[in-house]
Amino acid sequence: MDFYLDEQQQMVQDMVRSFAEERIRPGATERDRTGEFPEDIFREMAELGLLGMTVPEAYGGAEMDLLSYLLAVQELAKIDASVAVGMTVSNSVCCWPIVTFGTEEQKAEFLPQLASGEVLGGFMLTEPHAGSDAGSLTTRYRDGGDYWVLDGSKAWVTNGVVGRYFICLATADPALGPKGISAFILDGEQEGVVFNKPEDKMGLRSSKTCMVALEGAVVPKSALLGGEGQGLKIALATLDHSRLGIAAQSVGIAEAALEEALRYARDRKQFGKAIIEHQAIAFRLADMDTEIEAARSLLQRAVWAAGRPGRHSRESAMAKLYASEMCNRVVAHAIQIHGGYGFSSEYTIERLFRDARVVTIYEGTSEVQRMVIARSLSERAKVI
Amino acid sequence: MNCIVCVTSVPDTASVIKIGADGNQIDEGGIKWILSPHDEYALEEALKITEAQGGEVTVVTYGPARAEAVLRDCLARGAHQAVHVIGGEETLGDSFKIAQTLAAILKDREYGLILVGVQSVGTDNSQVGQMLAELLDLPHVAGITSLEVGEGTLNASREVEGGKEIYESPLPALLTCQKGLNEPRYAALKGIMAAKRKPVEKIEPSDIGIDEGAGAAYRLRSLSLPPEKGEGTLLQGEDDPAGAAGNLVKLLREEAKAI
Repeated sequence: MDFYLDEQQQMVQDMVRSFAEERIRPGATERDRTGEFPEDIFREMAELGLLGMTVPEAYGGAEMDLLSYLLAVQELAKIDASVAVGMTVSNSVCCWPIVTFGTEEQKAEFLPQLASGEVLGGFMLTEPHAGSDAGSLTTRYRDGGDYWVLDGSKAWVTNGVVGRYFICLATADPALGPKGISAFILDGEQEGVVFNKPEDKMGLRSSKTCMVALEGAVVPKSALLGGEGQGLKIALATLDHSRLGIAAQSVGIAEAALEEALRYARDRKQFGKAIIEHQAIAFRLADMDTEIEAARSLLQRAVWAAGRPGRHSRESAMAKLYASEMCNRVVAHAIQIHGGYGFSSEYTIERLFRDARVVTIYEGTSEVQRMVIARSLSERAKVI
Repeated sequence: MNCIVCVTSVPDTASVIKIGADGNQIDEGGIKWILSPHDEYALEEALKITEAQGGEVTVVTYGPARAEAVLRDCLARGAHQAVHVIGGEETLGDSFKIAQTLAAILKDREYGLILVGVQSVGTDNSQVGQMLAELLDLPHVAGITSLEVGEGTLNASREVEGGKEIYESPLPALLTCQKGLNEPRYAALKGIMAAKRKPVEKIEPSDIGIDEGAGAAYRLRSLSLPPEKGEGTLLQGEDDPAGAAGNLVKLLREEAKAI
């Protein structure tokens, strides 16, 4: 067992680190203030291949391994979590299910556009009244002869407005329960797809998240992903994958918070010495560093599990649960170290505190992660 | 036109430099090695020229085994092949030895242009490029910030105090490259994948008639770190501003010797 990155992973990390530092950092504070989506940065990320990282080369992707992808997410999140989430959403919840469940025709049609960054992708699962209980969704689809027709509303759609293709979950009849749910590749430019004004959010302010109304939205027959009734299975497998991206994002934000805290503790003097030399601060920093390392190890373990046959729901849920909660503890400690200055928007830590808050909520709340882990424990309880 | 780019690996500019046990080398423990930033301009210019006019870019380095990572970085950014002369363990190498080694590698190769970073960050001797040009009997312009390559000739300019010099030179030629020449690209993921399949030719110094132990042009005797920044001195002057100003002048003259 070793924890060294191979040459390729090291090169990806170095490149994304320089890119994020030089191209993304300069406008991060300003974008947080204005909420402006950074199209130019996404165009550059597309040219570098960051928008189709695990898509096979045959469909225009970079065909990288999962760890390389997550290292890139981490480096982006360290500098600007809004940029990181736009990137992971397109990669994890749009490209990945098409690569994994798509037909040859679907891959050839959608993946080159997504991987080249010509368009961004997203995911439409959550609804105003179906969040953690995703199986209770009520967006309906019906057979319109030559095409499918979708009606309903979707909530919290990341890359809404700025994205083009969305994996959209809908049911033939809510009475059928999970078996009635199917997944479609929805074109956001199609008539009948109405994006609301982006949400005014606490954090991730330059990432665009919208409510979407589907009013007789038309989907070609060829854009049904998997078979009819396969939707929930596809959604859950996709979340097992995408949760790793959020865990990586959490580690990235926490690392940024630790660095901000270190810089402040080194420069701030009280009682005649730098506060990093006070044990109360030094021990807090030591705990932060240890927790980040623990989350990183759990994430690497989940990456390993994802590369083995079979589901890895438990490992993904654990990595996401621990990393996201750790991230919020670490940013809170970092604020405390900053004292009053941490409460001011003059300091980066204030943005990190707001950006971090959502990681225990989206792609499954901490409570949902615990449900997933507890389910595997129930199975285990039967056999001991 | 084929271009050759000579590169070197240097400690990451964010590294903390410590002096090694012998006192005349740095302690390499924990240092991350990167492509010297000025070499990035040389590589970028070579890539732009070959993309516009055809031809291939070969990157060359003389350095220990760890320098291969820097060659891979160049290949990932778009260079076609690399040559690695394995040696020069001394971090702060002898410029003339490096130039002689590079000349031995390059003398029988075919190229229109050799591009080199103006200096390697860290040692900052700015000598290898010029020495190499002399050894290969090539015209050279140092520290260029613009370049146009035509048929058998080039136009280059360099910044000088208060103005700019514009040069015309026949090809082949050697140019050392400076900040301002271009905006170096990042290694795209496709380039990183492709770099694994590109060839790196490995050469021992003895294969090209170089005796690393002989003929050093200079010997580095010792290194020292700059003194640590001391604590600032605060002069209290609320009650007696004129007296405080007098004290300040006295300190600047006698302690800091600044005036």
